Amino acid sequence: MAEQSGDTFPRLLLHQAQVRPDRPAIREKDLGIWQTWSWAQVAGEARSLACGLAAQGFRRGERLAIIGDNRPRLYWAMMAAQALGGVPVPLYQDAVAAELVFVLQDAEIGFAVVEDQEQVDKLLEILPQCPRLKHIFFDDPRGLRHYTQTELMSVEKLQAAGREFAQRNPKFFADEIEKGRPSDIAVILYTSGTTGHPKGVSQTYAAVIETARVLVAFDGFAEKDDILCYLPMAWVGDFLYSYAQVHIAGFCLNCPESPDTVMTDLREIGPTYYFGPPRVYENILTQVMIRIEDASWLKRRMFHYFMGVAKRAGMKILEGRKVPLKDRVLYKLGELLVYGPLKNVLGMSRLRVAYTGGEAIGPDLFDFYRSIGINLKQLYGMTETCVTVCMHSSGDVKLETVGRPLPGVEVRIAESGEVLVRSPGVMKEYYKRPDATREAIDAEGFFHTGDAGYFDPDGHLKIIDRAKDVGKLVDGTLFAPKYLENKLKYFPYIKEAVCFGHQRDKVCAFINIDMAAMGNWAEKRNLPYSGYADLASQPAVCDLVRECVDKVNRDLAGDPVLGNSQICRFIVLHKELDADDGELTRTRKVRRGHIGEKYAVLVDALYSDKTSCFIETQVRFEDGRAGMVSADLKIVKAKTYSVADAKQAA
Amino acid sequence: MTTDRKIGAPILEIDNISLAFGGVVALQAVSFDVREHEIRAIIGPNGAGKSSLLNVINGVYHPQQGTVAFKGRKRHNVDPHEAARQGIARTFQNIALFRGMTVLDNLMTGRNLKMKCNFLQQAVYWGAARREELEHRAKVETVIDFLEIQNVRKTPVGRLPYGLQKRVELGRALAAEPELLLLDEPMAGMNMEEKQDMSRFILDVNDQLGATIVLIEHDMSVVMDLSDRVVVLDYGRKIADGTPDEVRNNKDVIDAYLGVAH
Repeated sequence: MAEQSGDTFPRLLLHQAQVRPDRPAIREKDLGIWQTWSWAQVAGEARSLACGLAAQGFRRGERLAIIGDNRPRLYWAMMAAQALGGVPVPLYQDAVAAELVFVLQDAEIGFAVVEDQEQVDKLLEILPQCPRLKHIFFDDPRGLRHYTQTELMSVEKLQAAGREFAQRNPKFFADEIEKGRPSDIAVILYTSGTTGHPKGVSQTYAAVIETARVLVAFDGFAEKDDILCYLPMAWVGDFLYSYAQVHIAGFCLNCPESPDTVMTDLREIGPTYYFGPPRVYENILTQVMIRIEDASWLKRRMFHYFMGVAKRAGMKILEGRKVPLKDRVLYKLGELLVYGPLKNVLGMSRLRVAYTGGEAIGPDLFDFYRSIGINLKQLYGMTETCVTVCMHSSGDVKLETVGRPLPGVEVRIAESGEVLVRSPGVMKEYYKRPDATREAIDAEGFFHTGDAGYFDPDGHLKIIDRAKDVGKLVDGTLFAPKYLENKLKYFPYIKEAVCFGHQRDKVCAFINIDMAAMGNWAEKRNLPYSGYADLASQPAVCDLVRECVDKVNRDLAGDPVLGNSQICRFIVLHKELDADDGELTRTRKVRRGHIGEKYAVLVDALYSDKTSCFIETQVRFEDGRAGMVSADLKIVKAKTYSVADAKQAA
Repeated sequence: MTTDRKIGAPILEIDNISLAFGGVVALQAVSFDVREHEIRAIIGPNGAGKSSLLNVINGVYHPQQGTVAFKGRKRHNVDPHEAARQGIARTFQNIALFRGMTVLDNLMTGRNLKMKCNFLQQAVYWGAARREELEHRAKVETVIDFLEIQNVRKTPVGRLPYGLQKRVELGRALAAEPELLLLDEPMAGMNMEEKQDMSRFILDVNDQLGATIVLIEHDMSVVMDLSDRVVVLDYGRKIADGTPDEVRNNKDVIDAYLGVAH
């Protein structure tokens, strides 16, 4: 239920404080007890903070840096800055001091509200490089008693000063809010930027509020909902899901006790609405699996049996499809014995909607959550579009896609395959970077995402790769290397994969086995091996990898656009790709170009009709010494499927 | 938590203590004092009598000779629980926690001496007993917050890694709101990072809670960084006493640690 009053966040805050003054607005676990602030109290806190900032000389249009974990006072600082016509600039709390310098200088920050000693220390360290920074307010005074810097003041003191100021100027706060316009900048969010300096994305109230209204209506959020805010405040998702939606729907924001207690807090709060990148879901699943392996025989058997039932019937039941009566009954029993208690432990009992996004999610992971009845959905978007581009709607969910464009969002696929977006949520500009803004937003107002994708026959958008990495085979088929590599890497036995095919007649791949998973597999089969290279060269291992590749190919054959980019031939590499050898980036992304050059012999062999190839490569050991490894690698031919057959089968 | 750290008058005076177990002499005429709000280290080679000395201070052993005065009052053969009541808390060289109980419950045991309601009242958990329990829990929560162990609050102690167990044990001692805290090798067996964390907590306890600390430690760099004054024992005798710098350059200390050429 979206309410139509208020076109800036401060006005929405006053509106909520009037409509539901006693409803909980924000909770924080402090000294072991959940403390609640009602909407009326939150408005009061924001008011005293705003008045305090004004008394300290914070002016309209000025920017306020906010650094720390998700804490109520930091959210109030955002509200306060906006009430004064200022712009909050939330920053990543784990950034090192040197990384903060650029943003503090770029955004000309004069005031900062930070969480604790750690952040204060960082700011004091870079103070000489940021001469404009004159005021640092801290929430948690621990360890700061002996700090005498004149820049420092506690938020508590600031609020006390604010209350005094408000008594002298009772109309000040309301007057300042009255001056706000929907076209004002609501927030500047710095994007990490893989190359060069981060860019500040300026979003207006109109853009954020309109987008948030669409989202609130889409999943029907209302005041009874609860969300746990545990993702960084500097990330657009937190701003939109926690801050903006709460202002519109009036539900409650819950701040975890500390970053380490998120799992416990989740269980205590039992949110109805949850967002996490795939790795969070993966961590939760891993923990569940570890604990199940340690559980008693009976529990283990029950878990595995009912997970089988869930796999068969769970997703169909969630999507309202037909399921045999027997499975339906068994699923009910499973809910009672396994899924229910499991969801309770994970804090997911009350969950109505869970989202994931940011990167592709593995099928096993996605299916696990959906099969136990958690409505996990994917979405697609970026800081520049207020996240919101596409989203699965409940009951219309497909693993491979990110759903249909949301109401009000126009998505167009460029000639090059790049996804273009025009929506009310597209940013106003990159802060102080007109050149970059012009590059990103074209004359018609479409934002160039830099991602490549296409629409499937159902109208769902499928994102396949970064646009600059997508190539074409000689027959014109789209070739999306990362998409293929990800598909391969979903198999536990495959650690890395590198696909080649741009301007070639077919797709070939290098594959790295996962030493832990494959070693385990070999041991279970009494397959002796001496080390990585030996294991990788075992015929049985090659067969296993070929089965994986076959499965990927069969899957691809059903894809109308990428169907012809099946992997024809591959090599199981004799050494692990390593960042020390320059084959991976430090964040473990494959450097496709470099690998292609380094192993040119192998690539040539893949595209010839040889069945094996000798290679000698230099490796660098961890102590810095270099050595040579050589191997005679077998080139394996994978089974490919015709696209037409797959269509008939489907 | 607002005491400013000013080293004051002696809070603990140990005068001419001798302790023997049958024919084995553990301590021989040891005298020194501990001033209010200071961090006082006791060091010495294995078997020097360090733990025995702590045991004398909190009443586990009763010395054959000499006196211990706490806050100006001479004590005669106190029991450990009396020492605890007077404001002396300690941790142990080998962790002495209830392994099957949660962190929270272990810390609550640190409040035991301050509970006034009897067993029956507590079992009924009504009125005064309830109020008291809530008060103690609130106090324990400040300790949990202080030591940053919120994430293991409900975890059984036996499941925690060693370094964290040490921290929980410190927490239990802090829950008693001691004036004098005795730490027996708080950093034994820890890795570098755990030692750094523990050092920070010890300094914070001293600085923010204002507790006086007597600490036994083997890691010399830790001792030299943390303590205000150091006592050195060797074969039950005090061989040096002074600031870390004085002790470091003392010839007897060097001989005791490195051995003497015969």
